[in-house]
Amino acid sequence: MSLLPVFDLGLAVLVLAVAGWTIAARELFSSVVGYVAYGLLLAIVWVRLYAPDVALTEAAIGSGVTGVLLVTSGARLRRAGEGEAVAPGLSQRALAASLAVLVAAALAAVVLLLPEPPPTLAPEARERLAATGLGNPVTAVLIAYRSFDTMLEKVVLLLAVVGVWSVAPDRFWGGAPAPLGRARPQGALLFLDQALVPLGILVGIHIFWVGADEPGGAFQGGAILAAMWMIVMIARLTGPPRIGARWLRLALIAGPAVFPAAGIAGLGMAGNFFAYPAGFAKPIILFIEAFMVLTIAVTLPMLVAGPPRGSPEP
Amino acid sequence: MSAATLAGLVGAALVGLGLYGLIVNPQPLRKILAFNLIGSGVFLIFGIVARRGASAGFPFDPVPQAMVITGIVVAFAASALGVALILRLHEETGAITLDLDASTRPPGEGARDT
Repeated sequence: MSLLPVFDLGLAVLVLAVAGWTIAARELFSSVVGYVAYGLLLAIVWVRLYAPDVALTEAAIGSGVTGVLLVTSGARLRRAGEGEAVAPGLSQRALAASLAVLVAAALAAVVLLLPEPPPTLAPEARERLAATGLGNPVTAVLIAYRSFDTMLEKVVLLLAVVGVWSVAPDRFWGGAPAPLGRARPQGALLFLDQALVPLGILVGIHIFWVGADEPGGAFQGGAILAAMWMIVMIARLTGPPRIGARWLRLALIAGPAVFPAAGIAGLGMAGNFFAYPAGFAKPIILFIEAFMVLTIAVTLPMLVAGPPRGSPEP
Repeated sequence: MSAATLAGLVGAALVGLGLYGLIVNPQPLRKILAFNLIGSGVFLIFGIVARRGASAGFPFDPVPQAMVITGIVVAFAASALGVALILRLHEETGAITLDLDASTRPPGEGARDT
């Protein structure tokens, strides 16, 4: 136990150093690589805060999928020539630095002066946990206590997809996004796909399934499935689908549609919007989560693939 | 100092670092990256609120943790939308900068790919 404070301090220094590197690095690519490493380190910090669910999400989405997004978009920009952006002068940098230090100091003061005793909703969450049939309180908050938030978050994801698609020129509407990987598939990438993807799909479904009782859940499992689809696309084993494809549209709206449907069903069966009838809470929660997994697994790669770039004809 | 307080101070420093990068880095993609640093710093501060709220046998308060998970997903969606806007801006003007003077200049040769 006596080594833990040293570990924490070392981890904190490492996180800050890597974060500083992502800001200071000259090249976009090295900066993004730094960001991915930073996300993984941050996941360890989350584990130290007793938040394995957040750690999984941070590692999968905050670090992994965001990293892929920035690498592919950086490559698309570089293919078209480097930008001629001008860095600000020394006085502007000094001003920005002092503003940043001021904000950080104010936040640090807030952290040190947090109220005592700390406010908490944990007793309420514990009290009702048995009624949901779940063992993981974070999943219970996401799908039962605050299901409205989670439903709206699904809608935000859908709106983001609509937003990304809508910046495409009119003539490409309904077509497929540009391919993610290089033109010629590489042997190592193909081997990785063959070895990793079947296993990854199993792991993704497992993480979703155990999320009811253990760390994990729909977000984390869906993000792993999304990653599997993305590495298949990066190896060019398959291209991004046409955005007009019916199955794609159905998969994208499955989560946001099933959620309010379950809410309205609750109105009929248990007398309140989003109320789950006693004894059936867990099956209903898993049913909603299954559609959420599908939607997340499809939405994240479509957000990374970007707006359509091909002809709408199949 | 407890691990939670240390993590909170790291969060505060991350917000500062991200803010500096957001202002100083001229490339829009780097700005999005810096913005994500700010976001993760805010999540971390919220994370220590969750850790401090440990009671009723849980080592954490599950409500802030669930909100952080939602937040990470929404932050990614916002980043993806921002990236799409930057790529489109570049396609239209040939520039990869948010500098208004630079984007009204005629684009360099070969920069326009549509």
